[in-house]
Amino acid sequence: MTLAVEATELRRTFRTTTGTVRRTRKDVEAVKGISFHIEQGELFGLLGPNGAGKTTTIKMLITLLLPTSGSARVLGHDVVADTREVRRRIGYVFGGDRGLYERLSARDNLRYFSELYGVPPRTQATRIDELLELVGLTERDRERVEGYSRGMRQRLHIARGLLHDPDVLFLDEPSIGIDPVGARELRATIGNLVEMGKTVLLTTHYMFEADELCDRIAVIREGEIVAEGTPAQLKGRVSGGRVVEVETYGVLEETVAEVGTVAGIRSVAVEERGQQQVLIIQCERDAEVTQAVLARLGDVRVGRVTAREPTLEDAYVELVTGS
Amino acid sequence: MRSYLRQQRICYLLQLRVLSTSLFDGLLAVFFPLMFATAALLVYRIKDDPDGMQYAGLGAAIMGMWTCQGVIASSLLTRERWAGTLELLVAAPIPLSRVLVPITMALSTIGLYCVVATIVWERLVFDIRLEIASWPLFVLSVLMSALTLALFGFFLSVTAVRYRTSWSLGAALEYPGWLLCGFLVPVDLLPDWLHPLSWSIPTTWAMAAVRDAANGVSPWGNLGLCVAVGLVYAVVAAYLGRRLVESARRHATLALT
Ligand SMILES: Nc1ncnc2c1ncn2[C@@H]1O[C@H](COP(=O)(O)OP(=O)(O)O)[C@@H](O)[C@H]1O
Ligand SMILES: [Mg+2]
Repeated sequence: MTLAVEATELRRTFRTTTGTVRRTRKDVEAVKGISFHIEQGELFGLLGPNGAGKTTTIKMLITLLLPTSGSARVLGHDVVADTREVRRRIGYVFGGDRGLYERLSARDNLRYFSELYGVPPRTQATRIDELLELVGLTERDRERVEGYSRGMRQRLHIARGLLHDPDVLFLDEPSIGIDPVGARELRATIGNLVEMGKTVLLTTHYMFEADELCDRIAVIREGEIVAEGTPAQLKGRVSGGRVVEVETYGVLEETVAEVGTVAGIRSVAVEERGQQQVLIIQCERDAEVTQAVLARLGDVRVGRVTAREPTLEDAYVELVTGS
Repeated sequence: MRSYLRQQRICYLLQLRVLSTSLFDGLLAVFFPLMFATAALLVYRIKDDPDGMQYAGLGAAIMGMWTCQGVIASSLLTRERWAGTLELLVAAPIPLSRVLVPITMALSTIGLYCVVATIVWERLVFDIRLEIASWPLFVLSVLMSALTLALFGFFLSVTAVRYRTSWSLGAALEYPGWLLCGFLVPVDLLPDWLHPLSWSIPTTWAMAAVRDAANGVSPWGNLGLCVAVGLVYAVVAAYLGRRLVESARRHATLALT
Protein backbone atom coordinates (compact mmCIF):
# COMPACT_ATOMS: atom_id res chain seq x y z
CA MET A 1 0.00 0.00 0.00
CA THR A 2 1.33 3.47 -0.81
CA LEU A 3 2.24 5.61 2.14
CA ALA A 4 -0.16 8.41 2.96
CA VAL A 5 2.69 10.86 3.53
CA GLU A 6 6.37 10.44 2.91
CA ALA A 7 8.76 13.30 3.63
CA THR A 8 12.43 13.00 2.78
CA GLU A 9 14.99 15.51 3.98
CA LEU A 10 12.42 18.27 3.78
CA ARG A 11 13.96 21.68 4.28
CA ARG A 12 12.62 25.21 4.12
CA THR A 13 14.30 28.54 4.70
CA PHE A 14 12.59 31.91 4.81
CA ARG A 15 14.23 35.12 3.80
CA THR A 16 13.18 37.95 6.06
CA THR A 17 14.02 41.60 5.70
CA THR A 18 14.03 43.96 8.61
CA GLY A 19 14.25 47.73 8.71
CA THR A 20 12.85 50.09 6.10
CA VAL A 21 15.82 52.32 5.31
CA ARG A 22 18.74 49.96 5.64
CA ARG A 23 17.29 46.64 4.74
CA THR A 24 19.09 43.75 6.26
CA ARG A 25 18.35 40.26 5.04
CA LYS A 26 18.34 37.26 7.21
CA ASP A 27 17.69 33.65 6.37
CA VAL A 28 15.61 31.73 8.87
CA GLU A 29 15.87 27.97 8.61
CA ALA A 30 12.40 26.94 9.72
CA VAL A 31 12.57 23.24 8.81
CA LYS A 32 15.97 21.61 8.74
CA GLY A 33 15.76 18.50 6.62
CA ILE A 34 13.17 16.33 8.32
CA SER A 35 12.09 12.87 7.22
CA PHE A 36 9.09 10.89 8.35
CA HIS A 37 6.29 8.82 6.94
CA ILE A 38 2.64 8.20 7.74
CA GLU A 39 0.81 4.98 6.92
CA GLN A 40 -2.71 5.14 5.54
CA GLY A 41 -5.30 5.18 8.27
CA GLU A 42 -2.85 6.44 10.86
CA LEU A 43 -3.31 9.44 13.10
CA PHE A 44 0.11 10.99 13.24
CA GLY A 45 0.97 13.84 15.57
CA LEU A 46 3.56 16.50 14.98
CA LEU A 47 4.21 17.91 18.39
CA GLY A 48 6.34 20.91 19.17
CA PRO A 49 6.41 24.36 20.74
CA ASN A 50 5.50 27.55 18.87
CA GLY A 51 7.93 28.31 16.07
CA ALA A 52 9.19 24.74 15.87
CA GLY A 53 8.28 24.48 12.18
CA LYS A 54 5.02 22.54 12.33
CA THR A 55 3.01 24.87 10.11
CA THR A 56 5.87 25.21 7.66
CA THR A 57 6.08 21.44 7.35
CA ILE A 58 2.33 21.11 6.77
CA LYS A 59 2.31 23.88 4.18
CA MET A 60 4.97 22.12 2.19
CA LEU A 61 2.96 18.92 2.27
CA ILE A 62 -0.24 20.62 1.14
CA THR A 63 1.50 22.41 -1.75
CA LEU A 64 1.20 25.92 -0.36
CA LEU A 65 4.94 26.29 0.11
CA LEU A 66 7.75 25.01 -2.07
CA PRO A 67 10.44 23.13 -0.16
CA THR A 68 13.87 24.72 -0.34
CA SER A 69 15.21 21.20 -0.78
CA GLY A 70 14.16 17.64 -0.15
CA SER A 71 10.96 16.04 -1.37
CA ALA A 72 7.61 14.83 -0.19
CA ARG A 73 4.88 12.61 -1.53
CA VAL A 74 1.26 12.42 -0.54
CA LEU A 75 -0.41 9.14 -1.52
CA GLY A 76 2.42 8.67 -3.96
CA HIS A 77 2.07 12.07 -5.65
CA ASP A 78 4.93 14.52 -5.50
CA VAL A 79 3.93 17.77 -3.76
CA VAL A 80 5.90 19.92 -6.21
CA ALA A 81 5.33 18.18 -9.53
CA ASP A 82 1.78 16.82 -9.04
CA THR A 83 0.12 19.62 -7.10
CA ARG A 84 -3.28 19.06 -8.65
CA GLU A 85 -3.41 15.39 -7.79
CA VAL A 86 -2.26 16.12 -4.26
CA ARG A 87 -4.79 18.91 -3.78
CA ARG A 88 -7.67 16.73 -4.86
CA ARG A 89 -6.88 14.14 -2.24
CA ILE A 90 -6.15 16.22 0.81
CA GLY A 91 -8.05 18.42 3.22
CA TYR A 92 -6.51 21.24 5.17
CA VAL A 93 -7.83 22.75 8.39
CA PHE A 94 -6.02 25.32 10.45
CA GLY A 95 -6.77 26.64 13.90
CA GLY A 96 -8.07 30.09 14.72
CA ASP A 97 -11.14 31.87 13.50
CA ARG A 98 -9.98 33.11 10.12
CA GLY A 99 -10.46 31.46 6.77
CA LEU A 100 -14.23 31.76 6.45
CA TYR A 101 -16.51 34.21 4.68
CA GLU A 102 -17.97 36.11 7.61
CA ARG A 103 -20.93 37.44 5.72
CA LEU A 104 -22.06 34.08 4.45
CA SER A 105 -23.90 31.43 6.40
CA ALA A 106 -22.23 28.14 7.30
CA ARG A 107 -24.17 26.44 4.52
CA ASP A 108 -23.15 29.03 1.94
CA ASN A 109 -19.53 28.80 3.00
CA LEU A 110 -19.69 25.08 2.40
CA ARG A 111 -21.48 25.58 -0.91
CA TYR A 112 -18.75 27.95 -2.04
CA PHE A 113 -15.90 25.65 -1.16
CA SER A 114 -17.74 22.65 -2.63
CA GLU A 115 -17.52 24.36 -5.99
CA LEU A 116 -13.82 25.10 -5.61
CA TYR A 117 -13.05 21.56 -4.53
CA GLY A 118 -15.10 19.96 -7.25
CA VAL A 119 -17.78 18.24 -5.17
CA PRO A 120 -20.22 16.78 -7.73
CA PRO A 121 -23.43 18.88 -7.91
CA ARG A 122 -25.70 15.87 -7.46
CA THR A 123 -24.26 14.85 -4.12
CA GLN A 124 -23.43 18.35 -2.86
CA ALA A 125 -26.55 19.11 -0.86
CA THR A 126 -26.59 15.76 0.94
CA ARG A 127 -22.85 15.96 1.56
CA ILE A 128 -23.24 19.38 3.17
CA ASP A 129 -26.12 18.12 5.33
CA GLU A 130 -24.04 15.17 6.45
CA LEU A 131 -21.09 17.31 7.39
CA LEU A 132 -23.16 19.90 9.23
CA GLU A 133 -24.59 17.01 11.18
CA LEU A 134 -21.13 15.57 11.85
CA VAL A 135 -19.84 18.82 13.32
CA GLY A 136 -23.09 19.66 15.05
CA LEU A 137 -24.04 22.83 13.20
CA THR A 138 -27.25 21.64 11.60
CA GLU A 139 -29.42 23.87 13.74
CA ARG A 140 -27.59 27.09 12.94
CA ASP A 141 -26.57 26.44 9.35
CA ARG A 142 -28.32 29.49 7.92
CA GLU A 143 -26.83 32.01 10.32
CA ARG A 144 -23.99 34.19 9.21
CA VAL A 145 -20.57 33.07 10.40
CA GLU A 146 -20.03 36.56 11.90
CA GLY A 147 -22.05 35.50 14.91
CA TYR A 148 -20.33 32.16 15.44
CA SER A 149 -18.24 31.29 18.48
CA ARG A 150 -14.70 30.17 18.06
CA GLY A 151 -15.56 26.54 18.59
CA MET A 152 -18.33 26.69 16.00
CA ARG A 153 -16.01 28.25 13.48
CA GLN A 154 -13.45 25.57 14.11
CA ARG A 155 -16.01 22.85 13.57
CA LEU A 156 -17.16 24.54 10.39
CA HIS A 157 -13.53 24.54 9.27
CA ILE A 158 -13.39 20.81 9.76
CA ALA A 159 -16.57 20.36 7.75
CA ARG A 160 -15.00 22.47 5.01
CA GLY A 161 -11.85 20.36 5.05
CA LEU A 162 -13.93 17.21 4.60
CA LEU A 163 -16.18 18.44 1.78
CA HIS A 164 -14.47 16.62 -1.05
CA ASP A 165 -14.01 13.49 1.05
CA PRO A 166 -10.21 13.68 1.11
CA ASP A 167 -8.15 10.65 2.05
CA VAL A 168 -5.59 12.59 4.03
CA LEU A 169 -6.40 15.42 6.40
CA PHE A 170 -3.95 17.97 7.69
CA LEU A 171 -5.07 19.62 10.92
CA ASP A 172 -2.82 22.46 12.05
CA GLU A 173 -3.40 23.21 15.74
CA PRO A 174 -7.17 22.85 15.40
CA SER A 175 -7.83 23.25 19.12
CA ILE A 176 -6.08 26.59 19.48
CA GLY A 177 -8.15 29.10 21.42
CA ILE A 178 -11.07 26.74 22.08
CA ASP A 179 -12.48 26.23 25.56
CA PRO A 180 -11.96 22.82 27.23
CA VAL A 181 -15.44 21.51 26.44
CA GLY A 182 -15.17 22.56 22.82
CA ALA A 183 -11.71 21.05 22.64
CA ARG A 184 -13.00 17.76 23.96
CA GLU A 185 -15.77 17.67 21.35
CA LEU A 186 -13.19 18.47 18.74
CA ARG A 187 -11.02 15.58 19.85
CA ALA A 188 -14.03 13.30 19.59
CA THR A 189 -14.63 14.53 16.03
CA ILE A 190 -10.99 13.94 15.13
CA GLY A 191 -11.17 10.46 16.63
CA ASN A 192 -14.19 9.75 14.41
CA LEU A 193 -12.26 10.73 11.31
CA VAL A 194 -9.81 7.91 11.81
CA GLU A 195 -12.67 5.49 12.33
CA MET A 196 -13.98 6.65 8.97
CA GLY A 197 -10.70 5.47 7.49
CA LYS A 198 -9.01 8.84 7.02
CA THR A 199 -5.34 9.46 7.52
CA VAL A 200 -4.74 12.46 9.77
CA LEU A 201 -1.69 14.56 10.38
CA LEU A 202 -2.34 16.64 13.47
CA THR A 203 -0.05 19.32 14.82
CA THR A 204 -0.39 20.55 18.35
CA HIS A 205 1.62 21.90 21.19
CA TYR A 206 -0.59 20.19 23.77
CA MET A 207 0.97 17.01 24.99
CA PHE A 208 -2.24 15.46 26.31
CA GLU A 209 -3.99 16.04 23.01
CA ALA A 210 -1.30 14.15 21.14
CA ASP A 211 -1.28 11.46 23.82
CA GLU A 212 -5.02 10.94 23.65
CA LEU A 213 -5.39 10.93 19.89
CA CYS A 214 -2.26 9.89 18.09
CA ASP A 215 -1.04 6.50 17.01
CA ARG A 216 2.41 7.89 16.51
CA ILE A 217 4.06 11.16 17.45
CA ALA A 218 7.07 13.01 16.13
CA VAL A 219 8.44 15.70 18.41
CA ILE A 220 9.79 18.63 16.46
CA ARG A 221 12.09 21.26 17.89
CA GLU A 222 13.69 24.15 16.03
CA GLY A 223 12.99 22.52 12.69
CA GLU A 224 14.31 19.08 13.58
CA ILE A 225 12.59 15.90 14.66
CA VAL A 226 14.09 15.02 18.02
CA ALA A 227 12.05 11.92 18.80
CA GLU A 228 9.51 9.71 17.13
CA GLY A 229 7.40 6.83 18.32
CA THR A 230 4.14 5.77 19.90
CA PRO A 231 3.05 7.69 23.00
CA ALA A 232 4.07 4.67 25.08
CA GLN A 233 7.54 4.61 23.56
CA LEU A 234 8.02 8.30 24.23
CA LYS A 235 6.94 7.85 27.83
CA GLY A 236 9.43 5.01 28.08
CA ARG A 237 12.22 7.43 27.36
CA VAL A 238 11.76 9.11 30.71
CA SER A 239 10.57 6.20 32.77
CA GLY A 240 13.29 4.98 35.01
CA GLY A 241 13.75 8.58 36.05
CA ARG A 242 12.14 10.79 38.61
CA VAL A 243 10.90 14.37 38.65
CA VAL A 244 11.56 16.85 41.43
CA GLU A 245 9.63 20.11 41.43
CA VAL A 246 10.99 23.06 43.36
CA GLU A 247 8.92 26.24 43.82
CA THR A 248 11.10 29.34 43.79
CA TYR A 249 10.56 33.08 43.83
CA GLY A 250 12.74 35.24 41.59
CA VAL A 251 15.26 32.67 40.45
CA LEU A 252 17.81 33.85 37.87
CA GLU A 253 18.70 32.05 34.67
CA GLU A 254 22.32 31.61 35.73
CA THR A 255 21.21 29.89 38.89
CA VAL A 256 18.99 27.53 36.91
CA ALA A 257 21.92 26.67 34.66
CA GLU A 258 24.01 25.97 37.74
CA VAL A 259 21.34 23.66 39.14
CA GLY A 260 21.53 21.75 35.86
CA THR A 261 25.15 20.84 36.54
CA VAL A 262 24.33 18.83 39.67
CA ALA A 263 25.31 15.18 39.25
CA GLY A 264 22.33 12.92 38.47
CA ILE A 265 20.21 15.69 36.91
CA ARG A 266 19.16 15.18 33.29
CA SER A 267 17.41 18.45 32.63
CA VAL A 268 15.89 21.47 34.30
CA ALA A 269 12.91 23.35 32.91
CA VAL A 270 11.35 26.48 34.39
CA GLU A 271 7.60 26.94 34.45
CA GLU A 272 6.12 30.29 35.43
CA ARG A 273 3.14 29.95 37.77
CA GLY A 274 2.01 33.39 38.86
CA GLN A 275 4.80 34.83 40.95
CA GLN A 276 6.53 31.50 41.29
CA GLN A 277 9.02 29.87 39.01
CA VAL A 278 8.75 26.14 39.35
CA LEU A 279 11.92 24.23 38.51
CA ILE A 280 11.02 20.91 36.96
CA ILE A 281 14.06 18.77 37.47
CA GLN A 282 14.35 15.40 35.78
CA CYS A 283 16.89 13.17 37.42
CA GLU A 284 18.09 9.61 37.72
CA ARG A 285 15.90 7.36 39.80
CA ASP A 286 18.38 6.76 42.60
CA ALA A 287 20.06 10.15 42.61
CA GLU A 288 19.58 12.18 45.78
CA VAL A 289 19.61 15.67 44.36
CA THR A 290 17.45 17.76 46.67
CA GLN A 291 20.19 18.89 49.04
CA ALA A 292 22.57 19.74 46.21
CA VAL A 293 19.86 21.72 44.39
CA LEU A 294 18.94 23.73 47.47
CA ALA A 295 22.62 24.46 48.03
CA ARG A 296 22.99 25.84 44.47
CA LEU A 297 19.87 27.96 44.89
CA GLY A 298 21.59 29.75 47.79
CA ASP A 299 19.63 32.89 48.77
CA VAL A 300 16.71 32.31 46.41
CA ARG A 301 13.42 32.01 48.30
CA VAL A 302 12.16 28.45 47.99
CA GLY A 303 8.63 27.14 48.50
CA ARG A 304 7.51 23.53 48.40
CA VAL A 305 9.71 20.75 47.09
CA THR A 306 7.96 17.66 45.73
CA ALA A 307 9.01 14.49 43.95
CA ARG A 308 6.83 12.53 41.52
CA GLU A 309 6.80 9.99 38.70
CA PRO A 310 7.43 11.36 35.19
CA THR A 311 4.52 11.87 32.76
CA LEU A 312 4.41 12.08 29.00
CA GLU A 313 4.47 15.82 29.41
CA ASP A 314 7.83 15.52 31.12
CA ALA A 315 9.10 13.47 28.20
CA TYR A 316 7.98 16.23 25.92
CA VAL A 317 9.49 18.99 28.03
CA GLU A 318 12.77 17.13 28.21
CA LEU A 319 12.79 16.72 24.44
CA VAL A 320 11.92 20.28 23.53
CA THR A 321 14.13 21.98 26.08
CA GLY A 322 16.98 19.94 24.71
CA SER A 323 19.20 18.19 27.14
CA MET B 1 -17.96 22.67 -19.50
CA ARG B 2 -21.23 22.38 -17.64
CA SER B 3 -19.51 21.97 -14.32
CA TYR B 4 -17.29 24.92 -15.22
CA LEU B 5 -20.29 27.16 -15.84
CA ARG B 6 -21.99 25.94 -12.70
CA GLN B 7 -18.91 26.69 -10.61
CA GLN B 8 -18.71 30.18 -12.12
CA ARG B 9 -22.40 30.81 -11.49
CA ILE B 10 -22.48 29.63 -7.87
CA CYS B 11 -19.28 31.43 -6.96
CA TYR B 12 -20.61 34.56 -8.60
CA LEU B 13 -23.92 34.40 -6.74
CA LEU B 14 -22.28 33.78 -3.39
CA GLN B 15 -19.73 36.53 -3.88
CA LEU B 16 -22.51 38.86 -4.88
CA ARG B 17 -24.16 37.94 -1.59
CA VAL B 18 -20.95 38.72 0.28
CA LEU B 19 -20.74 42.11 -1.42
CA SER B 20 -24.34 43.10 -1.07
CA THR B 21 -25.02 42.00 2.50
CA SER B 22 -23.02 44.83 3.92
CA LEU B 23 -25.37 47.77 3.99
CA PHE B 24 -22.54 50.18 4.67
CA ASP B 25 -20.42 49.07 1.73
CA GLY B 26 -23.53 49.02 -0.40
CA LEU B 27 -24.30 52.64 0.40
CA LEU B 28 -20.71 53.69 -0.17
CA ALA B 29 -20.59 51.92 -3.50
CA VAL B 30 -23.45 54.08 -4.73
CA PHE B 31 -22.84 57.19 -2.68
CA PHE B 32 -19.42 58.11 -4.05
CA PRO B 33 -20.33 57.66 -7.70
CA LEU B 34 -23.47 59.74 -7.18
CA MET B 35 -21.47 62.55 -5.61
CA PHE B 36 -18.94 62.52 -8.42
CA ALA B 37 -21.71 62.46 -10.98
CA THR B 38 -23.33 65.41 -9.24
CA ALA B 39 -20.13 67.42 -9.28
CA ALA B 40 -19.60 66.70 -12.96
CA LEU B 41 -23.16 67.58 -13.91
CA LEU B 42 -23.07 70.83 -11.94
CA VAL B 43 -20.01 71.87 -13.92
CA TYR B 44 -21.63 70.96 -17.22
CA ARG B 45 -24.93 72.68 -16.36
CA ILE B 46 -23.29 76.11 -16.34
CA LYS B 47 -23.10 76.03 -20.12
CA ASP B 48 -26.78 75.24 -20.50
CA ASP B 49 -26.15 72.92 -23.44
CA PRO B 50 -28.44 69.86 -23.73
CA ASP B 51 -25.91 67.91 -25.82
CA GLY B 52 -23.31 68.54 -23.16
CA MET B 53 -25.66 67.32 -20.45
CA GLN B 54 -26.35 64.15 -22.40
CA TYR B 55 -22.60 63.63 -22.82
CA ALA B 56 -21.90 64.12 -19.12
CA GLY B 57 -24.95 62.13 -18.07
CA LEU B 58 -23.85 59.03 -19.99
CA GLY B 59 -20.26 59.41 -18.84
CA ALA B 60 -21.18 59.81 -15.19
CA ALA B 61 -23.24 56.62 -15.33
CA ILE B 62 -20.38 54.44 -16.59
CA MET B 63 -17.92 56.25 -14.34
CA GLY B 64 -19.69 54.84 -11.29
CA MET B 65 -19.12 51.33 -12.54
CA TRP B 66 -15.43 52.08 -13.06
CA THR B 67 -15.04 53.42 -9.54
CA CYS B 68 -16.75 50.38 -8.07
CA GLN B 69 -14.59 47.88 -9.84
CA GLY B 70 -11.21 49.59 -9.68
CA VAL B 71 -10.93 50.22 -5.98
CA ILE B 72 -12.17 46.86 -4.81
CA ALA B 73 -10.61 44.65 -7.48
CA SER B 74 -7.12 45.93 -6.83
CA SER B 75 -7.33 45.02 -3.16
CA LEU B 76 -9.24 41.82 -3.74
CA LEU B 77 -6.45 39.34 -3.04
CA THR B 78 -5.22 41.38 -0.13
CA ARG B 79 -8.68 41.16 1.40
CA GLU B 80 -8.76 37.41 0.91
CA ARG B 81 -5.37 37.22 2.55
CA TRP B 82 -6.60 39.17 5.55
CA ALA B 83 -9.63 36.95 5.82
CA GLY B 84 -7.34 33.92 5.78
CA THR B 85 -9.18 32.49 2.78
CA LEU B 86 -6.46 33.10 0.19
CA GLU B 87 -4.58 29.94 1.15
CA LEU B 88 -7.74 27.91 0.79
CA LEU B 89 -8.43 29.36 -2.64
CA VAL B 90 -4.90 28.53 -3.75
CA ALA B 91 -4.97 25.08 -2.19
CA ALA B 92 -8.11 24.25 -4.19
CA PRO B 93 -7.56 22.00 -7.18
CA ILE B 94 -8.88 24.62 -9.64
CA PRO B 95 -6.82 27.53 -11.02
CA LEU B 96 -7.01 30.82 -9.16
CA SER B 97 -8.51 32.58 -12.19
CA ARG B 98 -11.63 30.45 -11.91
CA VAL B 99 -12.06 31.86 -8.43
CA LEU B 100 -11.24 35.47 -9.22
CA VAL B 101 -13.37 36.06 -12.31
CA PRO B 102 -16.69 35.38 -10.51
CA ILE B 103 -15.64 37.88 -7.87
CA THR B 104 -14.90 40.64 -10.36
CA MET B 105 -18.14 39.76 -12.15
CA ALA B 106 -19.95 40.31 -8.88
CA LEU B 107 -18.21 43.67 -8.55
CA SER B 108 -19.34 44.56 -12.04
CA THR B 109 -22.88 43.68 -11.06
CA ILE B 110 -22.69 46.16 -8.22
CA GLY B 111 -21.33 48.51 -10.88
CA LEU B 112 -24.44 47.96 -13.00
CA TYR B 113 -26.50 48.86 -10.01
CA CYS B 114 -24.50 52.10 -9.84
CA VAL B 115 -25.28 52.81 -13.50
CA VAL B 116 -29.00 52.48 -12.88
CA ALA B 117 -28.79 54.54 -9.68
CA THR B 118 -26.92 57.29 -11.49
CA ILE B 119 -29.42 57.42 -14.34
CA VAL B 120 -32.31 57.66 -11.87
CA TRP B 121 -30.47 60.31 -9.87
CA GLU B 122 -29.79 62.34 -13.01
CA ARG B 123 -33.45 62.22 -13.85
CA LEU B 124 -34.72 63.13 -10.39
CA VAL B 125 -32.19 65.77 -9.41
CA PHE B 126 -31.05 67.23 -12.70
CA ASP B 127 -34.08 66.42 -14.78
CA ILE B 128 -31.88 64.92 -17.46
CA ARG B 129 -33.80 62.66 -19.80
CA LEU B 130 -31.14 60.68 -21.58
CA GLU B 131 -32.02 60.34 -25.25
CA ILE B 132 -31.38 56.75 -26.19
CA ALA B 133 -31.79 55.98 -29.88
CA SER B 134 -31.70 52.20 -29.45
CA TRP B 135 -32.46 50.77 -26.04
CA PRO B 136 -31.48 47.19 -26.89
CA LEU B 137 -28.07 48.29 -28.19
CA PHE B 138 -27.66 50.66 -25.26
CA VAL B 139 -28.36 47.92 -22.72
CA LEU B 140 -26.08 45.54 -24.59
CA SER B 141 -23.29 48.14 -24.55
CA VAL B 142 -23.70 48.75 -20.84
CA LEU B 143 -23.63 45.01 -20.17
CA MET B 144 -20.50 44.64 -22.27
CA SER B 145 -18.91 47.49 -20.31
CA ALA B 146 -19.63 45.55 -17.14
CA LEU B 147 -18.29 42.30 -18.54
CA THR B 148 -15.06 43.73 -19.90
CA LEU B 149 -14.55 45.82 -16.79
CA ALA B 150 -14.73 42.59 -14.80
CA LEU B 151 -11.95 41.16 -16.97
CA PHE B 152 -9.94 44.32 -16.43
CA GLY B 153 -10.60 44.02 -12.69
CA PHE B 154 -9.33 40.44 -12.83
CA PHE B 155 -6.12 41.81 -14.33
CA LEU B 156 -5.89 44.49 -11.65
CA SER B 157 -6.42 41.97 -8.89
CA VAL B 158 -3.47 39.80 -9.88
CA THR B 159 -1.11 42.69 -10.61
CA ALA B 160 -1.95 44.96 -7.68
CA VAL B 161 -1.46 42.27 -5.06
CA ARG B 162 2.28 42.59 -5.52
CA TYR B 163 2.17 45.96 -3.87
CA ARG B 164 1.77 46.25 -0.17
CA THR B 165 -0.53 49.22 -0.60
CA SER B 166 -2.82 47.74 -3.17
CA TRP B 167 -5.65 49.76 -1.65
CA SER B 168 -4.12 53.07 -2.55
CA LEU B 169 -3.05 51.76 -5.92
CA GLY B 170 -6.70 51.18 -6.74
CA ALA B 171 -7.63 54.64 -5.62
CA ALA B 172 -4.72 56.07 -7.59
CA LEU B 173 -5.97 54.41 -10.77
CA GLU B 174 -9.48 55.63 -10.29
CA TYR B 175 -9.01 59.30 -11.18
CA PRO B 176 -6.68 58.97 -14.19
CA GLY B 177 -9.21 56.43 -15.43
CA TRP B 178 -11.90 59.10 -15.48
CA LEU B 179 -9.82 61.11 -17.92
CA LEU B 180 -8.40 58.23 -19.93
CA CYS B 181 -11.71 56.48 -20.58
CA GLY B 182 -13.48 59.58 -21.82
CA PHE B 183 -16.25 59.65 -19.25
CA LEU B 184 -16.46 63.43 -18.99
CA VAL B 185 -13.95 64.74 -21.49
CA PRO B 186 -13.53 63.33 -25.00
CA VAL B 187 -10.38 61.24 -25.38
CA ASP B 188 -9.47 63.37 -28.42
CA LEU B 189 -8.84 66.32 -26.14
CA LEU B 190 -6.06 64.47 -24.33
CA PRO B 191 -2.46 64.91 -25.49
CA ASP B 192 -1.55 62.53 -28.32
CA TRP B 193 0.91 60.53 -26.28
CA LEU B 194 -1.84 59.53 -23.89
CA HIS B 195 -4.07 58.08 -26.60
CA PRO B 196 -2.45 54.61 -26.68
CA LEU B 197 -3.01 54.40 -22.95
CA SER B 198 -6.69 55.24 -23.41
CA TRP B 199 -7.07 52.70 -26.19
CA SER B 200 -5.55 49.99 -24.04
CA ILE B 201 -8.42 50.16 -21.54
CA PRO B 202 -11.54 48.24 -22.60
CA THR B 203 -13.76 50.74 -20.84
CA THR B 204 -12.72 53.48 -23.29
CA TRP B 205 -14.25 51.43 -26.13
CA ALA B 206 -17.20 50.43 -24.01
CA MET B 207 -17.92 54.08 -23.23
CA ALA B 208 -17.73 54.92 -26.92
CA ALA B 209 -20.14 52.06 -27.71
CA VAL B 210 -22.59 53.30 -25.08
CA ARG B 211 -22.53 56.80 -26.64
CA ASP B 212 -22.96 55.31 -30.12
CA ALA B 213 -25.99 53.33 -29.06
CA ALA B 214 -27.52 56.38 -27.40
CA ASN B 215 -26.85 58.64 -30.35
CA GLY B 216 -28.15 56.23 -32.99
CA VAL B 217 -24.77 55.26 -34.44
CA SER B 218 -23.85 51.60 -34.87
CA PRO B 219 -21.88 50.55 -31.74
CA TRP B 220 -20.64 47.22 -33.13
CA GLY B 221 -17.15 48.41 -34.05
CA ASN B 222 -16.47 49.80 -30.61
CA LEU B 223 -18.08 46.78 -28.96
CA GLY B 224 -15.80 44.46 -30.91
CA LEU B 225 -12.72 46.40 -29.83
CA CYS B 226 -13.92 46.51 -26.25
CA VAL B 227 -14.37 42.73 -26.14
CA ALA B 228 -11.05 42.11 -27.87
CA VAL B 229 -9.13 44.32 -25.45
CA GLY B 230 -10.98 42.78 -22.50
CA LEU B 231 -10.04 39.28 -23.63
CA VAL B 232 -6.39 40.25 -23.94
CA TYR B 233 -6.47 41.35 -20.31
CA ALA B 234 -8.14 38.11 -19.29
CA VAL B 235 -5.51 35.97 -21.01
CA VAL B 236 -2.63 38.00 -19.59
CA ALA B 237 -4.22 37.96 -16.13
CA ALA B 238 -4.72 34.18 -16.21
CA TYR B 239 -1.03 33.80 -17.01
CA LEU B 240 0.05 36.29 -14.35
CA GLY B 241 -2.25 34.61 -11.84
CA ARG B 242 -0.43 31.33 -12.34
CA ARG B 243 2.94 33.04 -12.01
CA LEU B 244 1.70 34.83 -8.92
CA VAL B 245 0.76 31.59 -7.19
CA GLU B 246 4.14 30.08 -8.08
CA SER B 247 5.97 33.04 -6.66
CA ALA B 248 3.80 33.09 -3.55
CA ARG B 249 4.61 29.44 -2.91
CA ARG B 250 8.29 30.22 -3.27
CA HIS B 251 8.32 33.36 -1.16
CA ALA B 252 5.68 32.40 1.40
CA THR B 253 3.39 35.37 0.79
CA LEU B 254 0.02 33.65 0.85
CA ALA B 255 -0.60 33.93 4.55
CA LEU B 256 -0.33 36.79 6.96
CA THR B 257 1.15 34.65 9.67
N1 LIG C 1 6.46 33.54 5.99
C1 LIG C 1 7.49 33.51 6.84
N2 LIG C 1 8.51 34.38 6.73
C2 LIG C 1 9.54 34.33 7.59
N3 LIG C 1 9.65 33.48 8.59
C3 LIG C 1 8.69 32.57 8.78
C4 LIG C 1 7.56 32.55 7.92
N4 LIG C 1 6.75 31.55 8.32
C5 LIG C 1 7.34 30.99 9.40
N5 LIG C 1 8.51 31.61 9.67
C6 LIG C 1 9.44 31.24 10.75
O1 LIG C 1 9.70 29.87 10.69
C7 LIG C 1 9.73 29.29 11.97
C8 LIG C 1 8.73 28.16 12.09
O2 LIG C 1 7.43 28.66 12.03
P1 LIG C 1 6.13 27.77 12.01
O3 LIG C 1 6.31 26.70 11.00
O4 LIG C 1 4.97 28.66 11.82
O5 LIG C 1 6.14 27.17 13.47
P2 LIG C 1 4.97 26.44 14.28
O6 LIG C 1 3.82 26.21 13.36
O7 LIG C 1 5.60 25.18 14.77
O8 LIG C 1 4.62 27.34 15.40
C9 LIG C 1 9.48 30.42 12.95
O9 LIG C 1 10.71 30.87 13.44
C10 LIG C 1 8.83 31.47 12.10
O10 LIG C 1 9.14 32.75 12.60
MG1 LIG D 1 1.87 26.88 13.54
